Amino acid sequence: MSIEFIYPEFEVIRNENKCISCRICEQQCANEAHSYDEKHKIMMCDDSKCVNCQRCVSFCPKRALKIVKSDCTLRENANWSNETIKEIYKQANSGGVLLSSMGNPKPFPVYWDKILINASQVTNPSIDPLREPMETRVYLGKKPSKVQRTKDGALDCKLPPQLELSMPVMFSAMSYGSISYNAHKSLALAATELGILYNTGEGGLHEDFYCYGENTVVQVASGRFGVHADYLKAGAAIEIKIGQGAKPGIGGHLPGAKIVGDISRTRMIPEGSDAISPAPHHDIYSIEDLRQLVFSLKEATEYKKPVIVKVAAVHNIAAIASGIARSGADIIAIDGFRGGTGAAPTRIRDHVGIPIELALAAVDQRLRNEGIRNHVSLVVGGSIRSAADVVKAIALGADACYVATAALLALGCHLCRTCQSGKCNWGIATQRPELVKRLNPAMGSERLINLMTAWKHEIKEFMGGMGINSIEALRGNRLMLRGIGLTEKELEILHISHAGE
Amino acid sequence: MQTIDVADLDYKAINETLREAGSDFIIEGCCGQKFIAAGMSDKNVTINGIPGNALGAYLNNANITVNANAQDAVGDTMNEGKILIHGNIGDAAGYAMRGGKIYVQGNAGYRAGIHMKAYEEKIPVMIIGGCAGSFLGEYQAGGVIIVLGLHKDNKRIVGNFPCTGMHGGKIFLRGNCENIHFPKQVTARCASEGELDEIREYLSEYCSDFCYSVDELLSEPFTVITPDSKNPYKQMYVAN
Ligand code: SF4
Ligand code: SF4
Ligand code: SF4
Repeated sequence: MSIEFIYPEFEVIRNENKCISCRICEQQCANEAHSYDEKHKIMMCDDSKCVNCQRCVSFCPKRALKIVKSDCTLRENANWSNETIKEIYKQANSGGVLLSSMGNPKPFPVYWDKILINASQVTNPSIDPLREPMETRVYLGKKPSKVQRTKDGALDCKLPPQLELSMPVMFSAMSYGSISYNAHKSLALAATELGILYNTGEGGLHEDFYCYGENTVVQVASGRFGVHADYLKAGAAIEIKIGQGAKPGIGGHLPGAKIVGDISRTRMIPEGSDAISPAPHHDIYSIEDLRQLVFSLKEATEYKKPVIVKVAAVHNIAAIASGIARSGADIIAIDGFRGGTGAAPTRIRDHVGIPIELALAAVDQRLRNEGIRNHVSLVVGGSIRSAADVVKAIALGADACYVATAALLALGCHLCRTCQSGKCNWGIATQRPELVKRLNPAMGSERLINLMTAWKHEIKEFMGGMGINSIEALRGNRLMLRGIGLTEKELEILHISHAGE
Repeated sequence: MQTIDVADLDYKAINETLREAGSDFIIEGCCGQKFIAAGMSDKNVTINGIPGNALGAYLNNANITVNANAQDAVGDTMNEGKILIHGNIGDAAGYAMRGGKIYVQGNAGYRAGIHMKAYEEKIPVMIIGGCAGSFLGEYQAGGVIIVLGLHKDNKRIVGNFPCTGMHGGKIFLRGNCENIHFPKQVTARCASEGELDEIREYLSEYCSDFCYSVDELLSEPFTVITPDSKNPYKQMYVAN
């Protein structure tokens, strides 16, 4: 060993009494942590290769395995934590920028967990969602400011294009390339069955998935991968990706090694060539420029599709959103700093951006104050973990939520946070055929449908409890929320009262 | 052939007309209307007057001829077809174009050919007759950009920072380019006969479009710039 040695983060513990040397763990681990010693007829393992994805644990027929966090620690220090020191070692060893995946793991406040929801008692009856109709359907898009009539006095029912969702949730952008074909197929099948939408991300749309177009948001990012007229027309909506919560202000970069076969075809770039999404769209330097991209997309699709502009939640988000609302966009999607990612520089992921709860509250309030809230729908993500988060987001002013990490968990992701390695043992963040086929799209979509159906029931129960039978009546209804353990300033920004008030 | 007088029409109305009937159009009196022919296929459009930004964005397979200057974002994310400009163009022309041709008689502004790509049989080609502004071919991932430097009046053939982040495709600049500073990750050298053969067809087409002589163009040496790697940013990261 040497100065470069870093003690493994996890230890693979095998119960020798239970293990039957069936070698299933060895087959299941693409990181090659397990091996079989032919000579001594025993299973071996290399802890340094384990990323704690729990695949072998889940598949060991004898429950002989567990993965534990190593208790070999450096000398404790509140300022210089284990993690901080190891990161220094990694950089001193390599000279590289630290690269991580999935959302911000730091212990920043999760405001969802400091907000409580109201319920009716005595004065306003609650509603039983099992027996009474409950509307969770939402329509995303521009809403007119007033009732319009035609010349002969009839109601003018012509609305700008709207997206109809059976519940206020969509699967957010994950590109084909960052996740697998089978993961995309699972999302597409589930979105179609659920009457919601999934999002192609910036890697183009695989030809096999054009048939799910009505339930697809097609994304246009700075790299414009796979963007052409048929692609734009294939989706139900077009999303311009300006930023992403996990890496605001940073472009994307899918290494050439991952640009193979169908990925290259779908992105329409040569195999082996890096897919670089520059940090900015080089034709957008102002709200006027954004307006130009919005309208060029509308022109190319004959004004039939709503245009979403997705931005990361950053410091001046309210003013930015106000600009976007005036750019002609139909929907603004805001991604909070806990949003997931297939790969992001660790420092950016952990230190840039702001929580979605504060961003949402600030944006909704600003758009209301300016009288333009109806010009756009608001979709928020990063990170929405449960039906409770959805209900709180709606009450804070969102029209719908974007969900990605929760959807991946439903597909089997165990949040090992090593998507960037391309060796996802659960067949999600990988392009290796033998790993991809571990995820069965029929089963994956069923699990997504289960998850969303359960959330929908829970949303209805929350609504019933509040005596609200339509999600529209919950939107921006901040009286239904109370803060707990929050400062005056936080309450002011969230525009909610403290519990007990 | 249909002639549309667009003096009183906005871009929406122009595109509706183009979409509705026929395939051959002459647009008269164009004055800054944006997005003309965005996403269209199978059209031949001649424009008299100056079209606005994003002319032929997402162009699928149409031919556009402009008998004047054009503005910013010509052929943004173009897929197929041809745009011919008898004048100068503004900034960010051919952003992320993947196929088709943009031939310009005059000069181009900043960021021409930024993030141009190529894919299988699709090789986009941009030829600029005059000079190009700064950031030519930034992030270029494929395709061919040619700058001829005709009538350049002692100006440099490209501005500052050409080829930054280039990781595919080729740029040909007419002349020896000694006064131009290229970034580290590309190689600039005198184009060989073989390399010139690759672009001869495009140059002939350009010359017949704008009445120049190919032989005269090729009488000067060309500098060709290619990236050293398809993966310029590989070494920068360490897994955490
Ligand atoms: S899967 Fe379980 S029983 Fe089989 S070899 Fe591995 S640890 Fe032993
Ligand atoms: S990486 Fe996953 S499959 Fe491999 S040993 Fe660790 S937990 Fe098991
Ligand atoms: S998608 Fe796969 S690699 Fe990424 S965190 Fe989940 S299990 Fe790990």
